[in-house]
Amino acid sequence: MTTIENEWAERVRAAAAANTPLCLRGSGSKDFYGRAPVGEVFELRANQGVIAYEPTELVVTVRGGTPLAELEAMLAAQGQYLAFEPPHFGAGATVAGCVAAGLSGPRRVTAGAVRDFMLGVKVLDGRGQVMRFGGQVMKNVAGYDVSRLIAGSLGTLGIVLEVSLKVLPRPVAAATLSFELDEATAIRRVNEWGGQPLPVSATLWQDGVLHLRLSGAEAAVQAAIARLGGERVGDIEADAVWSAVREQTLPAFTPRMGETLWRLSLPSTAPALELPGRQVIEWGGAQRWLAGSADAGSVRARAVALGGHASAFRGGDRAGEVFQPLSAALATIHRRLKHAFDPAGIFNPGRLYPEL
Amino acid sequence: MLENEALAFGETERDFAAVDKARVIEALTRVLPAGALMYDAEDLRPYECDGLAAYRALPLVVALPSTEAEVVAVLRICFELGVPVVARGAGTGLSGGALPHTRGVLLSLARFTRIVQLDPLARTAVVQPGVRNLAISEAAAAHGLYYAPDPSSQIACSIGGNVAENAGGVHCLKYGLTVHNLLRVRGVTIEGEIVEIGSGALDAPGYDLLALVTGSEGMLVVLTEITVKLVPKPLFAQCVLAAFDDVVRAGEAVAKIIAAGIIPAGLEMMDQPATAAVEEFVHAGYPLDAKAILLCESDGTPEEVTEEIGRLRAVLEDSGATEIRVSRDEAERLRFWAGRKAAFPAAGRISPDYYCMDGTIPRKRVGEMLTAIQEMEQKYGLRCLNVFHAGDGNLHPLILFDANQPDEMERAEEFGAEILELSVALGGTITGEHGVGMEKINQMCAQFTTAEVRQFFRVKAAFDPPGLLNPGKAIPTLNRCAEYGRMKVSKGHVPYPDIPRF
Repeated sequence: MTTIENEWAERVRAAAAANTPLCLRGSGSKDFYGRAPVGEVFELRANQGVIAYEPTELVVTVRGGTPLAELEAMLAAQGQYLAFEPPHFGAGATVAGCVAAGLSGPRRVTAGAVRDFMLGVKVLDGRGQVMRFGGQVMKNVAGYDVSRLIAGSLGTLGIVLEVSLKVLPRPVAAATLSFELDEATAIRRVNEWGGQPLPVSATLWQDGVLHLRLSGAEAAVQAAIARLGGERVGDIEADAVWSAVREQTLPAFTPRMGETLWRLSLPSTAPALELPGRQVIEWGGAQRWLAGSADAGSVRARAVALGGHASAFRGGDRAGEVFQPLSAALATIHRRLKHAFDPAGIFNPGRLYPEL
Repeated sequence: MLENEALAFGETERDFAAVDKARVIEALTRVLPAGALMYDAEDLRPYECDGLAAYRALPLVVALPSTEAEVVAVLRICFELGVPVVARGAGTGLSGGALPHTRGVLLSLARFTRIVQLDPLARTAVVQPGVRNLAISEAAAAHGLYYAPDPSSQIACSIGGNVAENAGGVHCLKYGLTVHNLLRVRGVTIEGEIVEIGSGALDAPGYDLLALVTGSEGMLVVLTEITVKLVPKPLFAQCVLAAFDDVVRAGEAVAKIIAAGIIPAGLEMMDQPATAAVEEFVHAGYPLDAKAILLCESDGTPEEVTEEIGRLRAVLEDSGATEIRVSRDEAERLRFWAGRKAAFPAAGRISPDYYCMDGTIPRKRVGEMLTAIQEMEQKYGLRCLNVFHAGDGNLHPLILFDANQPDEMERAEEFGAEILELSVALGGTITGEHGVGMEKINQMCAQFTTAEVRQFFRVKAAFDPPGLLNPGKAIPTLNRCAEYGRMKVSKGHVPYPDIPRF
């Protein structure tokens, strides 16, 4: 164990003994996300550094407090990247924060989510124990897949000390096309394209315009452009569009006074939401953002009726339920898992659900 | 209380001697229709092992439910009576994960063979756990879609078993493992509760239980329905066969392909003994003088494939390949693959028995591993054929032996154990895709610490508090690790100091 790990383990044991809730925090770039943070702030940025990176192994192992931007720059220098395009939501975003939040960017629909790239973790649990799960290899079925469980757990299960992530070569070519399409047609079209061997790497629909990004071998991108038509968007403008979606700087992502930005995760073919508000559709129809003042009950009911779930991503009542409530059977399993990793309930209590 | 129970189960092997067979039969007869319950020895015999035939046991009874309600009823009874339950799909698993419990119910999902729904626009299929892997792709083919993970046994293996083992295949470097191709599972807990894990969307609220259940070897929940993703079938595929006069050089070529930014659809390697064995069997036209051959597949649009094959060829030439062949048509591509896919039967043809290992190591250590295996062949006096998924460092050494010869099986097991422990020492894992099951349970002790093993028992208890689903598999008790005596030692600490030694 490193000096920091020893210090932190000591602090966690003391907090557990005293029942002191801890608010695990990297740069605070995602403080807005989840239920309101409570507890004594536990700063995690000091634990920085790259432990191993060999481009030919397609794996990078870094300490949790490493800035995400630093990691991405290091990968870019080798022509590689994090294919799930994690949003930063702030200049100081850390790798552990990225993993704990479990948020993925525009490429998620074809590349996969944070959890899909998790190969291993080293965590500090609520007993002050340092444990490793998974590893640094692509395929590993020894033991339960705890590393993927940690992704998206919002710091409620443990402190992420180290992460091993699968990395990929950057696509050789990319191009963005735009199409004027109404919502229903756009949803149908992106699903049809999804079923064809096309190098689609992101989709965005907003205000009657569908943007489609193609990434891959030069020949594949060129062939797709020739086949799909649409209007070619200049590379600089295209980069700005995808970055604005990833970092949610488009105006539609900013809730006004009293509004909530809802994230609806739905089957990609789900029909139009028919809820009041400004909408952005991503992930081939599977992720729909709705900024407005529709009441929580009707948004959740609609999400469930369409076969998915809704979360209050920004704004709204952070003291109430932010994520879709779980069935009784799943809630029981969640409580038991929380207890298994954090018996005193000190890590980010209530951040995910009130009872966790 | 929960905490103590979970840990108690993690300390020593449990004894289910008190399970009363007559009572179990009587209770199950009440909830299962005629023909769905078997308990005579001759009816139990077909279930005595899975694909790892070296391990055999007869269950107390075999239950063959055909509805979810029957599964719930069986599990409730087992919960009430404290009876172990081992779920089984097609029984093709290679690690003894479906090995029956002698005091338990073998719960076969073989009657759950319905494709419930196939949605070509959403590219999803809802299937029952007993549906064969290949049957999903066959059903999707009419829509230009398929289910990507393709374990070698895909003709026979069931999707439920694939989820239980997080099955891979030859295309998973590019297309992912089972865990990357699932959206949702529905299952029943030992308490008889129905749980929906995941959703028809790309994620679900709360913890990622779908990841936890995938690869959990039937230890957490019994599956009754699975939603998989379907992906578009590539328009075109071509395969490059490259020969090398040195295994280490072949390993380096693999690293160079990745370094060039290429993720081939398949990247497989075979050593000379493996090549010779399969060539004799399938006549794929492999070069027999090569020390190792690589098979690299490219797929996509015809333009994309042509571009990638050109880049692959350049890297392979630069890496010192002694011969490079590019498949000229589909028949030749399939012939290139026929040999690789026939590696296991070919081993079975030249040896009465073989033992297939499944360690995964960082790619750069492949040369070291192969050299060590050659030394082990001398040490144990047994031959070994090496085939592996080179793209992801997943090795399948096939240790040849004859179980009828005194102590050959023991030597094969020791040989295998040494390979697995070396996999851990080289920074890898004891199992890439076949699972721990019964087979590698001792080697788990070399990979995980006491705290980690205890944590696994706590995770299991979150789903299965009484510890009745597949007990004794996948995660070793600390007592077993102490007896095995080869535990993970971290930085000079004595492992398992609180466990009595034998």
